Amino acid sequence: MKGKTWLFGTSESVGKTKGKTQRLPRSQKTKEVQKTHQLSYELKIKEAMSKKVLTLKPNRTMMDVRKVLKDHRFTGIPIVESGRLVGIVSIEDLINCLRAGSMETRVKDIMTTKVVTLFSDEPLIHAINKFGSYGFGRFPVLDRDSKKLIGIITKQDIIRCLLSTLQSLYHARESKKGNRYQAARLFADLPSDWTTMILKYHVKGGDFGKAGEKSDQLKGNLLKLGYSDEQIRRLIISALEAEMNLVIFTSGGDMIAQIEPGKITVKVIDNGPGIPDIELAMQPGYSTAPDFVRELGFGAGMGLPNIKNCTDEMKLESRLGKGTNLEFSVYA
Amino acid sequence: MKIKQIMKILEAEAIGAQHDNRDIKTGCGSDLMSDVLVFTRPGSVLLTGLTSRQVIYTASTAGVEAICFVRGKTPPKETVELAKEKKIALMTTNFPMFESCGRLYNKGLIGCSEPAGVSEK
Repeated sequence: MKGKTWLFGTSESVGKTKGKTQRLPRSQKTKEVQKTHQLSYELKIKEAMSKKVLTLKPNRTMMDVRKVLKDHRFTGIPIVESGRLVGIVSIEDLINCLRAGSMETRVKDIMTTKVVTLFSDEPLIHAINKFGSYGFGRFPVLDRDSKKLIGIITKQDIIRCLLSTLQSLYHARESKKGNRYQAARLFADLPSDWTTMILKYHVKGGDFGKAGEKSDQLKGNLLKLGYSDEQIRRLIISALEAEMNLVIFTSGGDMIAQIEPGKITVKVIDNGPGIPDIELAMQPGYSTAPDFVRELGFGAGMGLPNIKNCTDEMKLESRLGKGTNLEFSVYA
Repeated sequence: MKIKQIMKILEAEAIGAQHDNRDIKTGCGSDLMSDVLVFTRPGSVLLTGLTSRQVIYTASTAGVEAICFVRGKTPPKETVELAKEKKIALMTTNFPMFESCGRLYNKGLIGCSEPAGVSEK
């Protein structure tokens, strides 16, 4: 596997830059090399290739070839007729013509017609392997369906693509580290008999345009605090149901989320109208919601039963005309 | 099943950003958001006739990756914007709910209560 050796050689020499300080610890070096190797399977040739390809038509002369190669410092150029690759001319062909003094020769009489190509949707590793097994400096890239020439790839393109992908992966990881705290770690760093954090949200009654927004904010904050989607899923389902209840039935209320080690509790407090029969309200399908609420997809009498099913603890107290206190917790 | 394939089966049109290659594991059809919240598995496509912002909040909470509005409905601008923020793919099909569900199920997309659908993580 020549190609593979070449790839590994490259990534190792990146870590080895002159002197002693730059050397990465062995485990990290292996990881980086593995990552490069993995990327060469994941990335497609079209992501690495140069899309701007200079080409010549087959009826041009070797004088034209000389000009293009000289002006752009290329060592070869694809020959194309109506979008289709028909051959390739290299600097070696040019040297032979110069020596023979036949610079007026048409490209079509000189060019190599059996061109080794790659398809744009092939993994990068195919290009790397081909560079290993052929001595060529470049491979024309074709579109698999139309067979038209759409790019060209060199070793330099591959190195550039791998490095920029590694760089963006590195940046993504760094920025993730930056704005992610760990709630658990924060609590552990603040010794006390009881540590908690409170996030309070006010929900406006009757504001259907914004209904759902506060639960969504709570979810975003808990994710920022380091909780996983799975850990808080049931809590946020319950919060969204409770928020809808505040919007549908009350003139507004507060949702107070209390975060403590191992447990998140949400208290939902409003000033009325209160629930006349809690037992009835807890029955799945029982609802007093008006039709327009049902048209929003809520108010089907599943809210409170859903909250009960989704949480580890739930308390509900209500007094007619005074208001309702709902409290639920999820262990997380 | 890729979103691209779902769109083909439902002859659906994408709304807003395209997420063609996202993989969808299960399907769910409901106009009842409380049911969506509780019974939908993460990684599902939701078929619904509702187009309000609450659908997006509900989908986001339930981990729904794509929403297809049935019977030719198109959502208002606010809904599309919120979906973009939540990175949820949106599409619309002219088929009614029953036929949309049937078409997908017939092509092998399973429901959220089926054993193979219980593949959280």
